[in-house]
Amino acid sequence: MNRREALSAAAVIFGGTIIGANSFLSGCKTPAAKTGLFADEDVAYMDEISDTIIPDTPGSPGAKAAKVGAFMKTIVTDCYSPEDQQVFVKGLQTLNEAADKAYKKKFAELTAEQKTTVLTAEGKAAQDYDAKRAKDAPSHYFSMLRQLTVWGYFSSEVGATKALRYLPIPGKFDGSFPYKKGDKAWALS
Amino acid sequence: MAQQHYDAIVVGSGISGGWAAKELTEKGLKVLLLERGRNIEHIKDYVNANKAPWEFAHRGERTQQMIKDYPVLKRDYPLNETNLDYWVNEKESPYTEIKRFDWFRGYHMGGRSLMWGRQSYRWSDFDFEANAKDGIAVDWPVRYKEIEPWYDYVEKFAGISGNRDGLPQLPDGQFLPPMEMTIVEKDVAARLKAYYKGQRSMIMGRTANLTAPHEGRTNCQYRNKCWLGCPFGAYFSTQSATLPAAMKTGNLTVRPWSIVTRVLYDKDKKRATGVEVLDAETNKTYEFTSKIVFLNASTLNSTWILMNSATDIWPGGLGSSSNELGHNLMDHHLGVGASGYVEGYEDKYTYGRRANGVYIPRYRNLFGDKRDYLRGFGYQGGGSREGWKRAVPELMLGAAFKEALTEPGSWTMGMGGFGEILPDHSNMVSLDKNTKDKWGLNVLAIDCELKSNELAMRKDMKQDAIEMLEAAGVKNVQGWDGDGTPGRGIHEMGTARMGADPKTSVVNKNNQVWDAPNVFVTDGAFMTSAACVNPSLSYMAFTARAADFAVNELKKQNL
Repeated sequence: MNRREALSAAAVIFGGTIIGANSFLSGCKTPAAKTGLFADEDVAYMDEISDTIIPDTPGSPGAKAAKVGAFMKTIVTDCYSPEDQQVFVKGLQTLNEAADKAYKKKFAELTAEQKTTVLTAEGKAAQDYDAKRAKDAPSHYFSMLRQLTVWGYFSSEVGATKALRYLPIPGKFDGSFPYKKGDKAWALS
Repeated sequence: MAQQHYDAIVVGSGISGGWAAKELTEKGLKVLLLERGRNIEHIKDYVNANKAPWEFAHRGERTQQMIKDYPVLKRDYPLNETNLDYWVNEKESPYTEIKRFDWFRGYHMGGRSLMWGRQSYRWSDFDFEANAKDGIAVDWPVRYKEIEPWYDYVEKFAGISGNRDGLPQLPDGQFLPPMEMTIVEKDVAARLKAYYKGQRSMIMGRTANLTAPHEGRTNCQYRNKCWLGCPFGAYFSTQSATLPAAMKTGNLTVRPWSIVTRVLYDKDKKRATGVEVLDAETNKTYEFTSKIVFLNASTLNSTWILMNSATDIWPGGLGSSSNELGHNLMDHHLGVGASGYVEGYEDKYTYGRRANGVYIPRYRNLFGDKRDYLRGFGYQGGGSREGWKRAVPELMLGAAFKEALTEPGSWTMGMGGFGEILPDHSNMVSLDKNTKDKWGLNVLAIDCELKSNELAMRKDMKQDAIEMLEAAGVKNVQGWDGDGTPGRGIHEMGTARMGADPKTSVVNKNNQVWDAPNVFVTDGAFMTSAACVNPSLSYMAFTARAADFAVNELKKQNL
């Protein structure tokens, strides 16, 4: 977000889409532990979660192809506050427990349909949580996963160039450019 | 350094310092340009300018380590991964906040000319006459007619794009073609014009981005990555514009890593003789002499230099005889506005990323309007179509969710206010002699706050934004009144104000320090009031004017 974007206050409308952006402004936190939050298998696990949120579709690859699991590891480790890190890491356990309860399997071992069922139930829990959430309370872990997936995917090379229109040097501006339903959005703002 | 004597020394290489260097060298003076920070070479050193989002380790986001390292910058949008190197190292250069003041600094070649917002507006006589009419502070010793030709002059070189709107409170200039409004902005502007019967206007923002090739520089490519440094040189900065012009004369010497610690002063001749420099890398001290000195170290740092100068004569420093040095600190207060959604226009989109928005010039306390506060405010805003960052609450996950985000969302329209802050003697800076920076130098203590006039104005800034958007048919309009802490406007002004009387001002109408007429202060420090428009264009105009005056005075042997 540059100054113009800050001023036209798009952030107020879209507020909270990128998790952390708000909490970052709230105070100085101790730095994150640089290692140890995630094991290698967690990255694969997060790839599976993100690919359930943004799957392969006929037009473009899904979040796994964009390495969103590794992106989550980087962002949660380096950018999240310790409080948000706790919520996130505990949430990964919660999700596996939910998978186990429903299907006696780990989340990553479920079928695509089962993954969607389990994750959707967690998403509904997040909606309930948000409805009653105190102003300063942390986000629900599902909201973190969903937002990291969207951000990680559409800002990746795969997402920006395959799912969206990536135009690094437009060269001109047209404020009334024709659009028809189905045309892709621009990757950059 | 081989040469220790120059015709002129310019302290600081930002917007005003670059102009001083250009003007003085082009008029034949041998000039030493001192920059306290590192060199940043045009294009070559804009290391992130061509990176794709995925080439940043954190996709541009701030890390916890950055938050720890930048306790001031973290308070607003500037703390980010993409241009972190352009912001001052706060551990090396702390300052003291008697009251909270968000001071966002850039200590490097080009200063904040690399990261500035580029909005460029002229003052009018509503602004120059305001102090006199309101009976506050001191009157400006100049009027628009005197500055107008200098606005013309700097606009022609800098390259300001804009529309000639014919508004008395926002005079037209020497513009390159305006950028284009989005279709939603055009319609909102038309509805506002009809609703307010021409009393309020929404115009295209006037910006120092080139809409046509100009002075050997390439036109804007609509990338909206200006603050990384422009590899096309398409916006005005020291590096893209004034520095190459000054270098071309063969009269310029540039010395980075040069912290000016004081102006050298000859009390018998009542003239400055040069400056003392602390080399930021070696900690060695040097003296450079010159006939004239231009202080362009940025508003608060120019005042800091004056406070450290000639203290054997004036304990408060050079220019302190008026008791106004350090006082009357101003900024623009912002963080107030409104935004909402615009229905329809689904068959329209934007092409290109316009690093500019629309502007609503001041209308309060003008043309017969009378409020319970003085002065007024303007708005910057924009109407654009949402992208993948938008919320899609109706879809949770899966293919449909993904597909929805691969298409643009609704059109939105928003605006944020820029309010004038009155000059107030109690809003001030002083030297904190108990706190030192990395080089053992006393730091500044800032004691500044919004007063009742600004707080009253903020109510209108919010309510008017809501009213205008609703009048224009915008839906779900939400107003906000966020953080108005001074400093966040990044438009520090005042602390060495201009005036007609040496008893009540620090510099005269030609930007000369009353107590040392060969010292010129032409950055924001000289501002006697703040108006509500972005100030940099006025610094350019006053700097070019002062340089012209200085060279004429040198020729007449008056300095």
